[in-house]
Parts: sequence; C-alpha cells; structure tokens
Amino acid sequence: MKSNQYQLTSLGLLCLICVTTLAACRQDMHDQPKYEPYEVSSFFDDKRTARNPVEGTIARGNLRADDHLYTGKVNGELATTFPFEVTREVLERGQERFGIYCAPCHSSIGDGNGMIAQRGGSSMKQPATYHSQQMRDMPVGHFFDVMTNGFGSMYSYSERISVRDRWAIAAYIRVLQMSQNASIEDVPAAQRQRLIMGEQ
Amino acid sequence: MPQIFTPAANTVAKASIVGGFLLVASLLSSVFYLGSTSYVTRQQDVRPQPVPFSHRHHVNQLGIDCRYCHTSVEESNFAGLPQTKTCMSCHSMVWTDAPMLEPVRESYATGESLEWVRVHDLPDYVYFNHSIHVNKGIGCESCHGAVNEMALMFQENSLQMMWCLECHRNPEAHIRDRADIYKFESQPDYDPPADQLALGEQLVRSYKVNKIQLEDCSICHR
Ligand code: HEC
Ligand code: HEC
Ligand code: HEC
Ligand code: HEC
Ligand code: HEC
Ligand code: HEC
Repeated sequence: MKSNQYQLTSLGLLCLICVTTLAACRQDMHDQPKYEPYEVSSFFDDKRTARNPVEGTIARGNLRADDHLYTGKVNGELATTFPFEVTREVLERGQERFGIYCAPCHSSIGDGNGMIAQRGGSSMKQPATYHSQQMRDMPVGHFFDVMTNGFGSMYSYSERISVRDRWAIAAYIRVLQMSQNASIEDVPAAQRQRLIMGEQ
Repeated sequence: MPQIFTPAANTVAKASIVGGFLLVASLLSSVFYLGSTSYVTRQQDVRPQPVPFSHRHHVNQLGIDCRYCHTSVEESNFAGLPQTKTCMSCHSMVWTDAPMLEPVRESYATGESLEWVRVHDLPDYVYFNHSIHVNKGIGCESCHGAVNEMALMFQENSLQMMWCLECHRNPEAHIRDRADIYKFESQPDYDPPADQLALGEQLVRSYKVNKIQLEDCSICHR
C-alpha cells in the first residue's frame, strides 16, 4: 500500500518534469550560436558582428574603373552627360528615390521647402532651391557629387543610395527643373488642348 | 482490522483513470496555451531603448519614408536598422542640442554603435525574408501593424507559425498594390480597397504569387 502511493506520486512528478522540460528545452534552438545581422559580438573589440571589408577590397564586378559612373567627373571636371541612357524607367526610379531620400528636406518639387526645412526654420541652414538659374546651369555631375560626398551641412548619401540610383535621382532633378520652369509651348501640341481644358 | 476500502473506492479508482488522462491533457494544453499568450510572444511589450525613438513622430508627423532608415528592406532578408549617421543627417540640423539625443551624438562622435534592443525576433531555426514579401505586395502594416502611430515600437502580431500560415494559406486577404506597401490605413493618402478579396485574387495572379509552395515546411525551416 505504502509503495503504491509512492509509485503514484513519483509517476505524477515524472509527468510534471516531462511537461516542463518539453516546454523549456525549445529555447536552445531559439538562440543558436550564430550571429544574426547586427547582433552584438563579444569577440570583436568594437562589439560589431557586421565587419568592414579589409581596406582596398574589391568585390567581383565592383571594380570602379568607370570614373564617369562612380565619381560624376570626366577628366577631373564635373560631368555634363549621363553615364548611361536615361529612359522612362530610370526617371521613374529617380522620382521614387527622390521622394524617399531628398523630399523630406528639399520638398517633392525641389524648392528646398520640405518638412524638415520647415521644422528647422531659421535655426538651420536652408537647402537651396533647384530652380535658380545657377542650379539650372550646374552640370549634372554636381548633383551626383553632392549625393556622393555631401555638401556643406548636408551629409553624404553614398551608403544608402546605390550609384545608379544616384544618377537616376540626378536625372529626376533635371525633370523637376524643367517642369518648374516650363511654359505652355513646352507641352506637345496634342496634349496642350487637354491641359488648357483641365485648367478651367 | 477495519476495512481500508469502502465500496465507494471502486468509483474513485475508475474516476482516477479518466482523471489521470484529463490531468495530463490539461497540463499539455495549458503549456500550449501559455505558449501563445502575449507573456511568451511579448506582443504589445515596449523595450527600453537607448533613445526613445518615435515612429509616430518621424513617420506620421514628418512624413519620412520607411526606406530612409530601413534601407535594405526591398533588397535583402534583413530590413536593416539605421546607422547613427542616418539620424545625424537630420539631427545635425534640427534638435541639435536636445538632451534626449545625447546618446546619438555621442555615438556619432565616438564611432560606437547605438545598441537598439530587438523587438521582433524569430527563433533562429526559422528563415524569414523581407524582400520577397515587400516585392510581392505585402505591406509593412500587414505584419507590423500601425507603425505610423507607435510612439514607441512594439510587436503587434504573435509571429508564431500559425500566424505566418494564416496568410500563406490565404494571401488574397492581405496583398496590396505595390504602390501601397509603405502606406497605412490611418493615413489620408491610402484608402483600402472596397473589395479586398477581389483585388487580392487579381494581384495574386498578376504578381505570380507562388501559392502552392507557401505551406511547405522547407521554405521557412531550411
Ligand atoms: C536632412 C535634410 C536634407 C536631405 C534629406 C537632403 N538634403 Fe540636399 N541639402 C540640404 C541642405 C541643408 C543643403 C544646403 C547645404 C549648405 O549650403 O550648406 C542642401 C543642398 C543641396 C544641394 C545644393 C548644392 C548647391 O550647389 O548649392 C543639392 C544639389 C542637394 N542638396 C541635393 C540633394 C539630393 C539629391 C538629396 C537626396 C539624395 C538631398 N539633397 C537630400 C539638406 C538635405
Ligand atoms: C527616422 C528613421 C526611421 C524611419 C523613417 C522608420 N524607422 Fe523603423 N526604426 C527606426 C529605429 C531607430 C528603430 C529601432 C528602435 C526601436 O525599435 O524603436 C526602428 C525599429 C523598427 C521596427 C522594429 C525592429 C525590431 O527591433 O524588431 C520596425 C518593425 C520598424 N522600425 C518599422 C518601420 C516602418 C514600417 C517604417 C515606415 C512606416 C519605419 N520603421 C520608419 C528608425 C526608423
Ligand atoms: C529626416 C530627418 C530626421 C531623421 C533621419 C531623424 N529625425 Fe529625429 N526628428 C526629426 C525632427 C524634425 C524632429 C523634431 C521635430 C519637431 O517636432 O519640430 C525629430 C525629433 C526627434 C526626437 C525627439 C522628439 C520626439 O518626440 O520623439 C527624438 C528622440 C529623435 N528625433 C530621435 C531620432 C533618432 C534616434 C533618429 C535615427 C534613427 C532620428 N531621430 C532620425 C527629424 C529626423
Ligand atoms: C510578412 C511579414 C512582414 C512584412 C510584410 C514586413 N515585416 Fe518587418 N519583420 C517581420 C518579421 C517576422 C521580423 C523579425 C525577423 C527576424 O527575427 O529575423 C521583422 C523584422 C523587422 C525589422 C527588424 C530588423 C530585421 O530585419 O530583422 C525591421 C526594421 C522591419 N521588420 C521593418 C519592416 C518594414 C519597414 C517593412 C515594410 C517595408 C516590413 N518590415 C515588412 C515581418 C514582416
Ligand atoms: C500577410 C501575408 C504573409 C505573412 C503574414 C507571412 N507571409 Fe511569407 N509570404 C507571403 C507571400 C505573398 C509570399 C510570396 C510567395 C511567392 O510568390 O513566392 C511569401 C513568401 C515567403 C517566403 C519565401 C518563399 C520562397 O519562395 O522562397 C518565406 C521564407 C516566407 N514567406 C516566410 C514567412 C514567415 C517565416 C512568416 C511568419 C513570420 C511569413 N512568411 C508571414 C505572405 C505572407
Ligand atoms: C510560413 C512559414 C512556416 C512554415 C511553412 C512552416 N513553419 Fe514551422 N515555424 C514557423 C515559425 C515562425 C515558427 C516559430 C514559432 C514560435 O516562435 O513559437 C515555427 C516553429 C516550428 C516548430 C517548433 C514548434 C514550437 O512551437 O516551438 C516546429 C516543430 C515546426 N515549426 C514544424 C513545422 C513543420 C513540420 C512544417 C511543415 C508542415 C512547418 N513547420 C512549416 C514558420 C513556418
């Protein structure tokens, strides 16, 4: 009789242990001994698991031999042409990227009156408008260069915007400059009528 | 010597057989139940961060796109967290001496990373990829909830397998036009479709969502 009770309690205890360990042991596979992106490392001094490549490393297909494409300069002078053909797709890509990275400060039409510029007010250096004569006369390479290296108080965007996207944005800035300085004569005759009707 | 067992003991013995099963079953189910409570999944739980960063402020009030900060969300499995330099691209000009932002300035000056505490974290045995979802028409809101209204970040959904499968079995109920991925229902420039299922079926076809394989164990457990 005594042993019967003893057996029952130990069976109960065993059940309980099984269930609780089952519930607990899964944590092992939850956090495996590998690094996830940006996880803190206890191995490196700066605690970063994301390592920079050794200085001078060139990944396959990333040899920056094309000066025009990668620096926006041709023979040391700011480029006046694009390194690849500007198609409608390139312009649309440029419009999208401009909206993400530039519009917060430069506004979606590029007059320099974006939300951050408004919030910053007089305490901050205001971004220049793209629609001055001086900016219209700038070679496109200048816009590429500003994005790549920064300009005055504006930071560089080279880590976040790929080279081709920077050219696409530069092309879109040209579109903005054209559209903000356009007259009715610039609209193809076929569409002109529609525009005039729409305005009424 | 008196009788130890009264006749009632027979009933007790029979009941204990059933009772034993019930006990084990209820223990097991309570383990499963506990596993899906927000205590375990840590839903709605705000973590202490080095800087109290507000998505509501930066997204809704300032209108900054998710990709300004989470740059790699379209191209890689990892959405990416902003470098200190990204914060400083604005905070070198606005709110330049707010005490709240001291850790950001210090990190920029010393080069030491800000250590954001992870809010969403799948177990390491699950493979997840942002780019495929974003490019096939699943918006941030479908998984992360109304980020644009979060003063502090928290996890909206359980992120358990059941939750992933609910959508993988029925993506029509969630899929959106690619132009609306970064928009939220509470924002004025987004109006949800009148008939989500009709639009959903059409988008699943035109985005070529590969529905057959979406329940295979091997796509998430590689
Ligand atoms: C955080 C706000 C901010 C963002 C975002 C921003 N800029 Fe600027 N930008 C400025 C400010 C401020 C200036 C003026 C800097 C000065 O004069 O010191 C400026 C100046 C410029 C100029 C003028 C250079 C000149 O010749 O006067 C160009 C071109 C420019 N930005 C392009 C861009 C492009 C392209 C992007 C998007 C990739 C961008 N900016 C994003 C704030 C910003
Ligand atoms: C100004 C920069 C910025 C913008 C814009 C931004 N975020 Fe964030 N986001 C952060 C920072 C910094 C963190 C880490 C701190 C935290 O968790 O609150 C973060 C964290 C997150 C997390 C949680 C990450 C984790 O630890 O699991 C999600 C989800 C997220 N953001 C989604 C979004 C979405 C969706 C948008 C667009 C609506 C957006 N973010 C826009 C900076 C930004
Ligand atoms: C595109 C510009 C921009 C970027 C990028 C940006 N901020 Fe801000 N942030 C602002 C502006 C503008 C304000 C204050 C606006 C106001 O209310 O006038 C602000 C306010 C804040 C505040 C205090 C206000 C509040 O209510 O939360 C904190 C904290 C803050 N930012 C943290 C960050 C961090 C951390 C990052 C980097 C992940 C970041 N910001 C990136 C523009 C930016
Ligand atoms: C299909 C669901 C889903 C969608 C859509 C989604 N996310 Fe996530 N997100 C997750 C999950 C799950 C995690 C946790 C990933 C992990 O732990 O590996 C996560 C993590 C994150 C993180 C933390 C860093 C990381 O990559 O782990 C950020 C930031 C983030 N998401 C931002 C976004 C933004 C911005 C969007 C919209 C463009 C978005 N997410 C769309 C499910 C989603
Ligand atoms: C709101 C809907 C939704 C949710 C929630 C969701 N997914 Fe998906 N997922 C999709 C769609 C749509 C696809 C694209 C299918 C295709 O065409 O390949 C996809 C694809 C994937 C793929 C890539 C499959 C491949 O072809 O390689 C993985 C991996 C994946 N999801 C994992 C997850 C995980 C893990 C979760 C939960 C944390 C999750 N998903 C939650 C909708 C969703
Ligand atoms: C859409 C992605 C997805 C698919 C498909 C999927 N799983 Fe999972 N699975 C998950 C996620 C996410 C978790 C993590 C749940 C959590 O955090 O508790 C998980 C967890 C698990 C676990 C651990 C159980 C637990 O609660 O800890 C097992 C076992 C598992 N999955 C088996 C399978 C099997 C078998 C299949 C195929 C029939 C499958 N999974 C298909 C996403 C998926």
